[in-house]
Amino acid sequence: MARHAMLIEDEPHITEAIRFLLTRDGWQVSALADGLEAEAALRAARPDLLILDLMLPGRSGLEILSALRADPGFAGLPVMMLTAKGQGRDREAAERAGANLFMAKPFANAEFVAAARSLVSVEGQRA
Amino acid sequence: MPFNLLVLACLCYAVLLFAIAFVAERNMQAGAARWLRSPLVYTLSLSIYCTAWTFYGAVGYAARSGLEFATIYLGPTLVFVGWWWVLRKMVRIGRRQRVTSIADMISSRYGKSNLLGVIVTLISVVAATPYIALQLQSVTLSFGVFAAAGTYGWAMPDTNATALWVAAGLALFTILFGTRNLDANEQHTGIVTAIAVEAVVKLVALLAVGIYVVWVLADGPVDIFERINASALADWQLIPSRWSGLIALSAAAVLCLPRMFQVLVVECGDERNLATASWAFPLYLAAMSVFVVPIAVVGLQMLPAGANPDLFVLTLPLSQGQGGLAMLAFLGGFSSATSMVIVASIALSTMVSNHIVMPLWLSLRPTREVTGDVRRLVLHARRFSIAGVLGLGYLYYSLSGGSAALAAIGLISFVGVAQMLPAMLGAIFWRGATRVGATAGLCIGFAIWAYTLFLPSFGPGGVYPLSMFMEGPFGIGWLRPQALFGVAGMDPLIHALFWSLSLNTAAFAIGSLVSFPTPVERVQGLAFVNVFDTERTEPLAWEAGQVETEELLKLAQRILGDEPALTFFEEAASAQGTEGYLPDPTPEFLDALERKLAGAVGAAAAHAMIAELAGRARVTVADLMRVADETAQIMEYSGRLEAQRAEMERTARQLREANEKLTQLSIQKDAFLSQISHELRTPMTSIRAFSEILMEGDVPPEVAGGQARIIHDEAIRLTRLLDDLLDLSVLENGTVQLDLRLASLNELIDRALRAAAQVRPDRVFMVWRDLPSEALFLRTDPDRLSQVFINLVSNSRKYCDAAKPELRINVKQRGARVIVDFIDNGPGIPKDKQQIIFEKFARLSDQTRAGGAGLGLAICREIMANLGGTIAYLPAQGGAAFRVTLPLRLEKHPFADAA
Repeated sequence: MARHAMLIEDEPHITEAIRFLLTRDGWQVSALADGLEAEAALRAARPDLLILDLMLPGRSGLEILSALRADPGFAGLPVMMLTAKGQGRDREAAERAGANLFMAKPFANAEFVAAARSLVSVEGQRA
Repeated sequence: MPFNLLVLACLCYAVLLFAIAFVAERNMQAGAARWLRSPLVYTLSLSIYCTAWTFYGAVGYAARSGLEFATIYLGPTLVFVGWWWVLRKMVRIGRRQRVTSIADMISSRYGKSNLLGVIVTLISVVAATPYIALQLQSVTLSFGVFAAAGTYGWAMPDTNATALWVAAGLALFTILFGTRNLDANEQHTGIVTAIAVEAVVKLVALLAVGIYVVWVLADGPVDIFERINASALADWQLIPSRWSGLIALSAAAVLCLPRMFQVLVVECGDERNLATASWAFPLYLAAMSVFVVPIAVVGLQMLPAGANPDLFVLTLPLSQGQGGLAMLAFLGGFSSATSMVIVASIALSTMVSNHIVMPLWLSLRPTREVTGDVRRLVLHARRFSIAGVLGLGYLYYSLSGGSAALAAIGLISFVGVAQMLPAMLGAIFWRGATRVGATAGLCIGFAIWAYTLFLPSFGPGGVYPLSMFMEGPFGIGWLRPQALFGVAGMDPLIHALFWSLSLNTAAFAIGSLVSFPTPVERVQGLAFVNVFDTERTEPLAWEAGQVETEELLKLAQRILGDEPALTFFEEAASAQGTEGYLPDPTPEFLDALERKLAGAVGAAAAHAMIAELAGRARVTVADLMRVADETAQIMEYSGRLEAQRAEMERTARQLREANEKLTQLSIQKDAFLSQISHELRTPMTSIRAFSEILMEGDVPPEVAGGQARIIHDEAIRLTRLLDDLLDLSVLENGTVQLDLRLASLNELIDRALRAAAQVRPDRVFMVWRDLPSEALFLRTDPDRLSQVFINLVSNSRKYCDAAKPELRINVKQRGARVIVDFIDNGPGIPKDKQQIIFEKFARLSDQTRAGGAGLGLAICREIMANLGGTIAYLPAQGGAAFRVTLPLRLEKHPFADAA
C-alpha cells in the first residue's frame, strides 16, 4: 500500500512541487491550504506523514503541532516542519513542539524526498 | 418728501452698512486690516450707548427737565475717566475667561452656575424690552414727522405697521450679520465696523443740526445764551436727589447694559484700546450733548406749542424747509436706533442660546454623547432669540401705546439692568461673594424693579388697576408700588432705584456672608478678583489622563467645526512636542479647550460637557487643597520655574517617545529580517524545486511547460519585491528623479479609482466625491502622486469590511496647499497602531497575507515627503481616514538644497 503524506501549505506553487516530488517517489499526497481544517482532515485520512508549513493563515503550524501531540491518537505521527524563515529560533520552537524533522525552504529535492522516506521507515521499524 | 423715497433711503443705508460689515469681515479674515481693531473703531463702537434716546430724546428731555438730561452722559463720563481701572479689570477678566456676555461673566464667577446665567439673561431680556421699544418708537415717530409735514401728499401708514416693519427689518439684518458664524471669541468685526460708521453718521447729523440752529436760525453763541436765559429752561432747579441718583444710575447702566458689555468687553480686540477710549468716549458724549440745549430752546421758541420736543431735531429743519438737513437728521436717528437694536439683540441672543437653550438641550438629550451638529443648533437658537427679542420690543411698543417720552422709557431699562451691578462688582472685587448672595440680590432687585417701575410703566389700568397705585394691593397701604413702606412723595424713578438697589445690595451682602462658597466659586473668585496678580496660575485644573482625547476631538468638532477643531488639536499636540492630532489630555490642554468651547457655548455648558467626558462633575479633594493653599501656589509658580518645568516635561516626553519608538523599531527590524527572509525564500522554494525537476530531464513536455511558467511567475514576484525595496530606498535617500508637470487632480483621482478597482473586484464600493472641489491643477509628479492615491484606495478596498463599504474623498484648498482626505467606513486603525502604520513591513496582523509585504504606506510616506507634502492618519472620523497634504505648485525637489 502506498505511503500517504498529508501536506499543509498555503503557497500553491510549493504544494505543487512537493506533490510532484512525492507522487513520483510513490507516495499518495493530499494537501490543505489552511490550518483551520487540519485536525478534522487528519482524523479522516490517518496519513503516514504530516508535512506542515510554519506560517499558515488561520492557525500557525506550531499551534497545529502542539494540539496534535497532546492527542494520544497522533502522538506518534511523524511530522516534518517546513519554514521559509530559516532562523535557529524557529527550529528550536518546532522541535519543542514535537516536530520530528525541520526542513528550511528552499530545499534540495533529493534531500526532501530522502527525509520523507526516512521519517516513515524509521517510524515503521519502531512500530 | 415722498414716503417711498424715505423708505428707499433707509434701505440704501442698510445696504451700505451691510456692505461695510461684509468688507470689514473679509479684510479681517485676510488679516489685512489691523485698523479694524484700532482704538478709534473701538471708541466709536462704544457710542452705541447713544441710542435714539440720545439723538431725539435728549432734546426732549432738556425741553422738559432742563439740564437733567446731562446726567445720562455724566455717569458714563465718570466711569470712563474715574473708574477706568474697573473697566480694565472687566476687560482683562473677560478675555482671560473667554466671557461671551454679562450673564456668562456672572455665571462663570459664581461657580459656573447656570441658574445665575438664566436669571441674568431673563433680567437682561426684560430690561431691554422697553429700550428696544423706545428705538422702534423713535423710528416710527420720525417717519410720522415726515408724514405730518403733509405737503407731499402722502399719509402716514398705520404707526403700528411701521413699527412692525422696522422691527422685522432689523431682525433680518441682525440675523444675517450677527449669526452667520459661530466664532470662538464671539467677536463680530463686521458688525462693529458698521456700528462705528453709524456712530460717525449720528454725530455728524446731530452736529449739523446744532450748527444750523446756532448759526443760521440764531445769531451765534451769544444770541443763543440770551435765548436760553429768556426761556423756561433758565428757571430749572437742580433736585439733588434726582441729579445724583440719575448720575449713579447711568454710571451703573454703562457697566451693566448687555450691549455695552458686548462692545466694551466681548468685542475688545486689544486691552490697550481702553486707554484711548477712556478720554475719547467722554469727548464723544460731550460732542453729542453740546447742542442739545440750544436745539431745545430754539425749538421751544420757534415751533408751535404742543409740538413733541422729542422730535425737534427733525422738525426744526423741516419747518424751515431744509429737507436735506432733515434727511440727514433722520438718518442720524435711524443710525442711533439700528445700531443699538443690532448689538443689543446679538448680545441677548448669545445669552439666551448659551444659558437657556444649550443647558436645556444638554439635559434633555437622551445619551451623553454629543450627537448632531451643535453649531447649527446654537445658530438657530440665536436666530430665533433675535427675532424673539425684537418681537418683545414690538409688543411692548404696541402695549404701552407708544406715547411716553423717550427718556422715561429708557430710564426704566436703566434701573432694570442696574440690578446686576452689585453681583458684578462683587464678582470682581469681593472674594467672599457667593452664588447664594448673587442669586438673592438679583431676584429681589429684579422683583422690586418689576413691581415698582416696569409694570406701572404700562400706566394706570395697564397692568395694575388705578386703585393699586392709590391704596396698594388688597388695600395694603405700605405696598403701594410707588410708595413702598409708606415712603411717599418720592420721585417714582428714584423711589424704584432706591428700594430695588438697596434691598438688592443688602440681600447680596447678607446672602454672601451667611453662605459658604463652593470650591469652584472659590477658585473662580480667586481668578476674577486677583486677575492681575495670578497671571500664571490656572485656577481649576483638570486631572490628566481621565479622558480620551479622541472623545474630546469629537466633541470639539461638533461645536467648533471640523477644521478649526483639528487645527486647535494639532497646535496643542505640537506645543506638547508630539506629532499628529491627539495631544495628551493634560490639565493645561483641558483648560485651554474648555475656554475655547466656552467661547462658542458659554462657560457653564463648556464646563459641563468636558466634566462629563472627563468623568468628573465635582471638584476633588485635590482641588480643595489647591484652593486652600492658594497663597503658596502663587509664590510657587514663578514664571521661570514654570517655563523650565514645561520644557523638562516636553523633553522627557520626547525622550520617552523616542525610546518607545526605538524599542518598537528594533522589534520591527527583527520582524523585518524574518519577513524579508520569508518573502524571498518562498518564491525561491518553488523556483529551486522545479528547476531541479526540469534539470533531471525526464518530465513530459506539457508538464515541463507548466513548471517553467511557475518558475517564471515566481521570478517576477521576486523582482517586484526587490523593486519595492529599491523604490523605498531611493525615496528615503532623496535621490529620486521627480517628473514635475501640471496635472488635473480630478484625473489623478479617477486614475487611482480605476487602478484600485482590481483589488477585491467582487465588492461593490460606494465612492463619494465632490467633483467641483477636485477641479484643481497641481504642479507635481503625477505618477508618484497617483501611486499614493492608488495605495490608499486599495487599502480601503482591502481592509474596509463594512456591509456597505463606502469611501469619501474630500478635497480642500488652503492657500498654497491642497488637502485630500480619504475616509472609509471600516473599522479604522486602533490608536496604538496609528503611529507605526507608516513604518516598513508594518502589517497590522501577521496572518493577513492579503497584501504585499507591508511596504505600501511606507512608500506613500516617502513619496509625499519627496513631493513636499505629508500623509497622516486622521483620528475620529468614523473609519480609516488618511489626509494627504501637498503644495499646489511644487517648483523644485524639496530635498534639492539638502542634497
